[in-house]
Amino acid sequence: MLNATPDTILPEDKLNIHSIESFGTYDGPGIRFVVFLQGCPFQCLYCANPDTMRFEDGKSYSMQRIVEEAEHMKSYFANGGGITISGGEPCCQAKQLITLFKNLQSKGIHTCLDTNGNVMNHYVEEMLEYTDLVLLDVKHIDSAIHKKITGKPNEKTLAFAHYLEEHQKPFWLRYVLVPELSDDPKHLHQLGQYFQSFKQVQKLEIQPYHKLGVHKWELLGKEYPLKDTPENTSQQLEAAKEIFEQYLDEVVIN
Amino acid sequence: MSIGVENNIKEFVKGTWNDTVDVRNFVLKNIAPYDGNADFLTRPTDKTNLLFDICKKAVKEEIENKGVRSIDPSIISRIASHQAGYISKEHEVIVGLQTDELLKRAIKPYGGVKIVEKACQEHGITLDPKVKDVFDNYVKSHNEGVFDAYTTEIRKFRSLGFLTGLPDNYARGRIIGDYRRLALYGTEMLIQAKLDDLEGLVGPMNDSRIRLREEVNEQIKALKEIKVLGDAYGLDLSRPATNAQEAVQWVYMAYLAAVKEQDGAAMSLGNVSSFIDIYINRDMEAGVLTEGEAQELIDQFVMKLRMVRHLRMGAYNDIFAGDPTWVTEAIGGLSLAGGHKVTKTSFRFLQTLYNLGPSPEPNMTVLWSAELPKGFKEFCAQVSVDTSSIQYENDDLMRQTRNADDYGIACCVSFQEIGKHIQFFGARCNLAKTLLLAINGGKCENTGTQVIEGVQALKSDVLNYKEVMDNFRFTMKEMARVYVDSMNIIHYMHDKYYYERAQMAFVDTDPKVNVAYGIAGLSIVADSLSAIKHAKVTAIRDENGLAVDFKIEGEFPYYGNDDDRVDQMAVDITSHFNKQLAAYETYKNAEPTMSILTITSNVVYGKKTGATPDGRAKGVAFAPGANPMHGRDTHGAIASLNSVAKLDYNDALDGISNTMSMVPETLGANQAARVLNLTTILDGYFGRGAHHLNVNVLNRELLMDAMEHPENYPQLTIRVSGYAVNFVRLSRDQQLEVLSRSFFEKI
Repeated sequence: MLNATPDTILPEDKLNIHSIESFGTYDGPGIRFVVFLQGCPFQCLYCANPDTMRFEDGKSYSMQRIVEEAEHMKSYFANGGGITISGGEPCCQAKQLITLFKNLQSKGIHTCLDTNGNVMNHYVEEMLEYTDLVLLDVKHIDSAIHKKITGKPNEKTLAFAHYLEEHQKPFWLRYVLVPELSDDPKHLHQLGQYFQSFKQVQKLEIQPYHKLGVHKWELLGKEYPLKDTPENTSQQLEAAKEIFEQYLDEVVIN
Repeated sequence: MSIGVENNIKEFVKGTWNDTVDVRNFVLKNIAPYDGNADFLTRPTDKTNLLFDICKKAVKEEIENKGVRSIDPSIISRIASHQAGYISKEHEVIVGLQTDELLKRAIKPYGGVKIVEKACQEHGITLDPKVKDVFDNYVKSHNEGVFDAYTTEIRKFRSLGFLTGLPDNYARGRIIGDYRRLALYGTEMLIQAKLDDLEGLVGPMNDSRIRLREEVNEQIKALKEIKVLGDAYGLDLSRPATNAQEAVQWVYMAYLAAVKEQDGAAMSLGNVSSFIDIYINRDMEAGVLTEGEAQELIDQFVMKLRMVRHLRMGAYNDIFAGDPTWVTEAIGGLSLAGGHKVTKTSFRFLQTLYNLGPSPEPNMTVLWSAELPKGFKEFCAQVSVDTSSIQYENDDLMRQTRNADDYGIACCVSFQEIGKHIQFFGARCNLAKTLLLAINGGKCENTGTQVIEGVQALKSDVLNYKEVMDNFRFTMKEMARVYVDSMNIIHYMHDKYYYERAQMAFVDTDPKVNVAYGIAGLSIVADSLSAIKHAKVTAIRDENGLAVDFKIEGEFPYYGNDDDRVDQMAVDITSHFNKQLAAYETYKNAEPTMSILTITSNVVYGKKTGATPDGRAKGVAFAPGANPMHGRDTHGAIASLNSVAKLDYNDALDGISNTMSMVPETLGANQAARVLNLTTILDGYFGRGAHHLNVNVLNRELLMDAMEHPENYPQLTIRVSGYAVNFVRLSRDQQLEVLSRSFFEKI
């Protein structure tokens, strides 16, 4: 657990955000108002938003304003849409998000959390009470490879999944399919088997690997670690889908 | 009046339309609303394909020949001036061209003979000396009339770019005839109705009654000439249409008469699709028309509309780029009683975008309501995703605000109740330059010319919000006064020298009139005021005291991010300036209305405008219409839409144009998601009381390639503020402007 996560240093009514995307079509059901929070304990090799990693950056943003903007979007939420808090790692600001999600839910707005599941504490538990849907990013089923990708092992993420299952919190699994890094059929089978019996897993989304974030690494003066990795072919995506479908009811390529 | 429609198939349902000219009543009595999906639609027939191949070849020649295929420099275009023209006669189920040859442009010197002469010269053609002689020595044009009456002040506002694009040297357009009337009644009955009206126009012969009597007689002459036009094509237009083919043909002939007489900037078609559907439906029920034949009628009608051309000077292209004609057809909507007006022919019109390929013309405009049937909404969204050739307008808003359901859209966003109501087009004034007048003591920021007297000098170069606003209110008031003066002169003279007798023959004798003012630069003004209020803005002045640049310290909110601190400024300025315009008397007591619409002129407006306090550099293009400035709407598409949706339609009753450009991947991961997301956006946006939306779904690479290889993209359609244009016909500046416009790409 990080000591100086923003939820202990931010004012009660503010979030430390990276950016806002009012027309999200990839982060949860329907049209999403996506708030990207700043700061992440993971250091994923293929991160598309490396500029969201540092907790020190970002800007303080009023939660009241987020609620107002989300309310203005209600007419666009007709097909199951709502707000998605992404990042960065949103659980690092769970204390603030309790208030935000409670407020949004009371206004009839669907709340969704996009997390890597690495942070769990009593704030997160309370926040989940007001969360309608969790998008749980499982970077890898093998803990050693998970550590190679993210810098941390995967036990906490898997424990997070069990927590959701036990507390009957519906969630979607999200899996970034990176050629040569996370597309070994053996591991895909393992992951499918692991979650086969989970009743709360509504679907698995395969996230195709893309390089749209590479320029951000360059802007940060960092070397992109996977610069020789190619993007997926559609055959690779379909093959992964077929494997996951042996275990899970709904698998989509996002 | 008794309507003796020859009816050998099945009687139409009777109504007031049998006793008086009332097409709306005919439509509501006989319409067959369609709730299904697009599965019934068919591909083009061989005849249609053959004709369209000829058209495509001709368009290619046109583009290769500097945008004009040929010109007839001798025959002044009138309703029945030219011999019949064909694309390939034996394959045409709908006939009629503006001249005797495909894409041959005609001269219409009543707007101004000098303009016609110049347009001919630019293409290496000499205007017939006889025509020149007549207009130089015997006949006065609209243009001459206007300039005889213009004041020194108006000329100054015009030449310095404060008022731009005024219809003082070309036809004003915008007036929509109820072209359906020709099909439903024929010329004989319409002439009789006009004669009946004339009988009632007696009493004290004041200015307006004298004028109206003369106008009605002009309309009757036009109807007689329309009969002659029909004769040239072997059509008896004196009687009503008796079947679907005739209904389409008659409607087209009425429209053709209009575009033979006039070269208005925008000459809309109205809302003909569901009217035509009634005839198609009847023929199909009687077993005399197949779906393929019905589609063929619509395809060939639309093909003809795509071949409408006007002769323009090159300079015209700076304002209205891409050789547009704005043959706007409004499709869909609800009736006041609550039922929807979507028919199979609504689908058939949209299907032409597949059968003939994407195109800006006719300007397909869907009147969107939350209550439209699902199958139609999805088809519209699908066509948008595939062709980017549809614009959307809020039917719920217009129907309720205007208490009318039989309306069309003039040009891009302008409401007009068909046959009951016309408008006087007013181009637009530059609101950003008006703000700079407030900062520069009433002097033009480019030339130093004193444009407005009595503007207080600012006390400090650090701009004070209250001080600037006080001055700005004053310059807006003066701008409004001069603008109204110019409109009154223009429309007085247009009526006198270039009256639209062909269109007005299909409009009620004494229709409602609104004058359509417009503003450009709203987002620049809002952001500038936001900067002055929320940040520290210092004017950097040259040796003559003119602000040539602005230093901005601190942050300020930009219009386009659903932030009331600045969005409310846009709302307030719109409301305030609209009230200023409404304070003055108008010609023919026209109702004052205002639009926030630039079409493609946002580029030239930007060119003529100095640096602004929002940080925009001198000469940089404005955002189009009511759009937020490109690159500043950082919260994504919906926040941007929501900012625009705050503008109150009641403050801009002539329309609020907004354009949304997206790459397909942004809209959704697959076609089904894109269609669902787009229908959801439209429901959401219009649900917030917004008025209009252009939807562009395309990728940047495609546009870049089109800039380098225009010959490969003759049909590439993109939508720009209120309108679709052929991208390859845009100037390079305009193309770059489109590319820099906000594309909401996936991160």
